[in-house]
Amino acid sequence: MNINATLLAQTIMFALFVWFCMKFVWTPIMAALDQRKKQIADGLADAERAKHDLEMAAKRSAEILREAKEKAGEIVTNGEKRAGEIIEAAKVQAKVEGDRIIAGAKAEIDQEVFRAKEQLRTQVSAIALAGAGKILGREIDAKAHNDLLDKLVAEI
Amino acid sequence: MSSEAHTSAEYIKHHLQNLTYGHLPDGTWGIAHSAEEAKAMGFWALNLDTFIMSLLLGAAFMFMFRSVAKSVVSGTPGGMQNFCEWALEFIDTSVRGSFSGKNPMVGPLALTIFFWVFSMNLMDLLPIDYVPLLMKALGVPFFKVVPSTDPNATFGMAIGVFVLVVYYSIKMKGLGGFVGELTLQPFGKWGMPVNLLLEGVNLIAKPISLALRLFGNMYAGEMIFILIALMGGAWAGMSVGNATLYGSQILLSLGWAIFHILIVTLQAFIFMTLTVVYLDMAHQEHH
Repeated sequence: MNINATLLAQTIMFALFVWFCMKFVWTPIMAALDQRKKQIADGLADAERAKHDLEMAAKRSAEILREAKEKAGEIVTNGEKRAGEIIEAAKVQAKVEGDRIIAGAKAEIDQEVFRAKEQLRTQVSAIALAGAGKILGREIDAKAHNDLLDKLVAEI
Repeated sequence: MSSEAHTSAEYIKHHLQNLTYGHLPDGTWGIAHSAEEAKAMGFWALNLDTFIMSLLLGAAFMFMFRSVAKSVVSGTPGGMQNFCEWALEFIDTSVRGSFSGKNPMVGPLALTIFFWVFSMNLMDLLPIDYVPLLMKALGVPFFKVVPSTDPNATFGMAIGVFVLVVYYSIKMKGLGGFVGELTLQPFGKWGMPVNLLLEGVNLIAKPISLALRLFGNMYAGEMIFILIALMGGAWAGMSVGNATLYGSQILLSLGWAIFHILIVTLQAFIFMTLTVVYLDMAHQEHH
C-alpha cells in the first residue's frame, strides 16, 4: 500500500482511456444517436404530412365523386330528353309517312275508281248505242248523234 | 481462508499486499516478496496487479464500447448497442444536469470514469481467496484484484482530474483570473494570505477527497470481506461453534456482497459526478 510509480502509470492510463473514449466511442455513438433522433423527428413530420395529405385527398375524392354524380345525373337527364325528342321526331315522321301512304293509296283508289268509271261509261255508251240501234232498228249515225250520245254518257 | 500456517494477521496482511515490481535490496529488479521489500523499493516501483487489472478492465470496456461504436447504426439497434446507447445517454443526461459549460471532453471523461471505476470496484465481488490462490498456484506471491483498493489507482485518477480542473480554470479565466480566484476572495486583497490558505485548501481538497473517498470505501469493503472470510477460516474440526461460524460466513458474505453492489455503483457514480461538478466549477467565473 505504498505510493509509487503506479500513480503515474494510472494517470497516464486514465488519460489514454479518456482520449480513446472521446475519439472512438463517444463521438460515433453520439453521432448515431443524434442521427436517429433526427430520423425519428423526420419520420414523425412525414407522418403528420402524410396524414394531412390523406385528409386533402379524401376531401378531393369526395368532391370528385360529387361532381361525377352531378355529371352522371346531367347525362341521364340529357339522355332522357334526347330520347323523348327522338321519339317525338319518330312519331312525327311516322305520321307524315302514314299520311303520305294514305294519300297515295287514296289517289290510287281515286284513279282506280275513275278508270272503272271511264270503262263503265265506255261500256255503257256502247251498250246504249247497241240498245238504241236495236230499238231504232237502224244504224245510228254516230256522227249525227254524237251530241246526244255524249249527253247520255255524261248522264250515266 | 486457506493455509493452516497463516495466522489471521498474516492472512489479512497477505490480502492487502500489492504485487510490486521494483528495485530489490540485492540490487536486481524483481517482484517484492514481502511488505518490507515492497516498501524499500521506494517510489520507482510498479504495482503490477493494480496496473494489469485496471488496464485489462479499462481495455475490456473500451473494447466493448468500441465494437458497438464501429458498427453503430442509427436504425433499429441490437441488444449490445442498446445497452451502450443507454449508458451513454445516462452519462450524457447526468453530465448535462451538472455541467453548464460546453466542452466535448466532459462526456467521454465521465463515461470513462464511471465504467472504469465501476469495473474496478466490481472486482470486489469476486470471492476474495480465489484469485490469490490461483496466483499462488502460478507462483505469484501476491495479487490484489481490486485496483481501486490501491491508493495509487484512485490518486492516479484524481490527479488526472485535478490537472484538468487547473487547466480549464486557467483556460477559462486566464492565469490572472485563476490566481485571483485563489487569492482575492473571500476577504479581498488585504486578506491575501488567509485567502490563499482557504482557497488553496479548497482546491487541494478536491482531488484528495475524490481519491480518498473511493479508496476508503473500497478498502473498507475489502477489509470487511477479509474479516468475514476469517470466520470460516477458524475452522478446526467439526463442532457446533465452527459450523455456526462457517454458516455465518456464507450468510454474511452474501449479505455484504449484495450491499456492496450498491456501494460499487454508487462510488463510481460519485466519482463521476464530482469530477463533472469540479470541472463545471473550473469553467465558471466566481463572483
